[in-house]
Amino acid sequence: MKNFLFELKEGLLISFQAIKANKIRSILTTLGIVIGVTSVVLMSTAIKGIDNAFQTGVSSLGSDNLYIDKWEWFNNNIPWWEMRNRKNLTLEDYRKYKDLAKLPVASAPTVWNNQTIKHKERIVEFIMIQGTTEDYIKTTNLSFSEGRFFNELESNGGRNVIVLGSEIAKKLFPRGNAYNQEVKIKGHKFKVVGVLAEQGSWVMGSFNPDNQVFIPIQNVFKYLQSQSFRSVTINVRSQNSQMVEATKEEAIGIMRRVRGLTYNEENDFSINQQEGLLNTINQTVGVIQIAGLFITGLSLFVGAIGIMNIMFVSVKERTKEIGIRKAIGARRRTILGQFITESAFICLLGGIVGLIIAVVLSMIINQFLPTSIQFDAIVLAFVISIVTGIISGFAPAYTAAKLDPVEALRYE
Amino acid sequence: MNIINIEHIAKIYQVGTEEVHALRDVSLKINKNEYVAIMGPSGSGKSTLMNILGCLDTPTKGLYDFNRVNVSQMNDNELAAIRNKKIGFVFQTFNLLPRSDALHNVELPLIYAGISSAERKQKARQVLEQVGLGDRMHHKPNELSGGQKQRVAIARALVTEPSIILADEPTGNLDTKTGEDIMALFNEIYEQGNTIILVTHEEYIAEHAERIIRIRDGLIEKDEIVSSRFVPNKNGASKI
Repeated sequence: MKNFLFELKEGLLISFQAIKANKIRSILTTLGIVIGVTSVVLMSTAIKGIDNAFQTGVSSLGSDNLYIDKWEWFNNNIPWWEMRNRKNLTLEDYRKYKDLAKLPVASAPTVWNNQTIKHKERIVEFIMIQGTTEDYIKTTNLSFSEGRFFNELESNGGRNVIVLGSEIAKKLFPRGNAYNQEVKIKGHKFKVVGVLAEQGSWVMGSFNPDNQVFIPIQNVFKYLQSQSFRSVTINVRSQNSQMVEATKEEAIGIMRRVRGLTYNEENDFSINQQEGLLNTINQTVGVIQIAGLFITGLSLFVGAIGIMNIMFVSVKERTKEIGIRKAIGARRRTILGQFITESAFICLLGGIVGLIIAVVLSMIINQFLPTSIQFDAIVLAFVISIVTGIISGFAPAYTAAKLDPVEALRYE
Repeated sequence: MNIINIEHIAKIYQVGTEEVHALRDVSLKINKNEYVAIMGPSGSGKSTLMNILGCLDTPTKGLYDFNRVNVSQMNDNELAAIRNKKIGFVFQTFNLLPRSDALHNVELPLIYAGISSAERKQKARQVLEQVGLGDRMHHKPNELSGGQKQRVAIARALVTEPSIILADEPTGNLDTKTGEDIMALFNEIYEQGNTIILVTHEEYIAEHAERIIRIRDGLIEKDEIVSSRFVPNKNGASKI
């Protein structure tokens, strides 16, 4: 053990001297590892960022929610034409469901329509307008930066009131103070009764509440589209995650009755769950991960070949030195250790440089995709660079270790 | 007391389909505190003999007892341990590590022997002072003259307190004057009780030794005592 430490120290000293003696060569050789480690760290950080974004996006949907819909959202085990031929869900279906359902905390119908919204000269185009009832807010985790959601009276009365997502509010009212102002949709005036707090999820696109507005569902039917144009989605919030299954079973039973299905008919609706979305997301992230690992693995592999190549050159060049060391008592293991140490040391330096570059780059990327380098990515960078060094240094080191001292001493 | 006891060793190299007999049949004994010169023209087998004596190589046939241990069948690592602890090498081309200073070069065998840093440094300094390089410890080989380099190499050979010092043409790359200085240093080392084996083809260098073994065509041609300081008796060597 004591010997090992002395030899390790000697190995590090030799590595340091060798790198100092061949600066340009060492830099060029290490470049492969620098690039490899940079890409590994960035890739793992980016994947983590994407995953986090997906997860927060999903959790903004509410984890205990069910969505009764004409369409199956995530699983494709039902052919799409079959789903298309289903009867639309109507507001009437929702009312019957709401009367019969005992288990949910709340349920609300939603129907969407894309429209342009104006405030004075400001215009935001192609905004997802969600028509719903006052119960909607109870099915979500949304919070407000100003005002409130519309109430029962406004909803039932079909008042021209509107709740803005944070992004929409920013675009229409860049200086704030959206509350109590008026916006226009298709020429109809709506009074802003509330602005949502920022949800901060970028993956959901127009499904992100930040990019949506909410008005009473009556008004969608009154101004924007007929009742039969698009199917209603019923958002259902169960009491807690243990109750999700029971709530789902109840919903299936009620909906079959509401839809007038006989015992031998298939469901003509689907109950969608966040779980389905999670599965889809995990699959997507998994694919990104595999592709990312493959690409970064390839760049590390190229780097490792570079190191191996230069270590072979180094062993050849230092044949005489190896002979001297063997003559004065270095064992095979010592020489093997020396060259592996050198290779690992070069790679470690490359890894450190790569890590620094990755940290700088991730700060830039952070402007677009909220990420930060995790501690495990740093550990990963060190482990990968040392392991790469050991693996790529082994063959050259072994060649050096088994050199015949007599031959090696004679080498000029 | 025999340090080296060689009985009927031979070394055969395979070169292509041909067998080259570098050593045919050599037997010899070397005692503690002897000063032996091995002489011979190039191709005589003296380098092969030196490699075997120095445990850098093993004989094809025959027996080699070093310090009463049979080393003729040892593996690489066992031989490395013997070289490390029991043999000090001095080469014609000095063979110092170019990137390390004198002190580190002298320390090196002690590193492989697993000696602690403080002890290593202390011993290395002491030996460097002994060879007259107390003021050159932190010089790299390219900052030293030929004679100084050879002194560093001698210090490196002495630092482990080996059983034998094996010097292969130690003055071959030095001018006559410096060569004489180095030979004087060897005399000093010898007088302190060390055993020295000197490989050379120069008569006047070999004359420093007390016993000259002449090799030709892989055989010992002549083995003679040349110095009055050395008188053999039946137990081996003794000084007058």
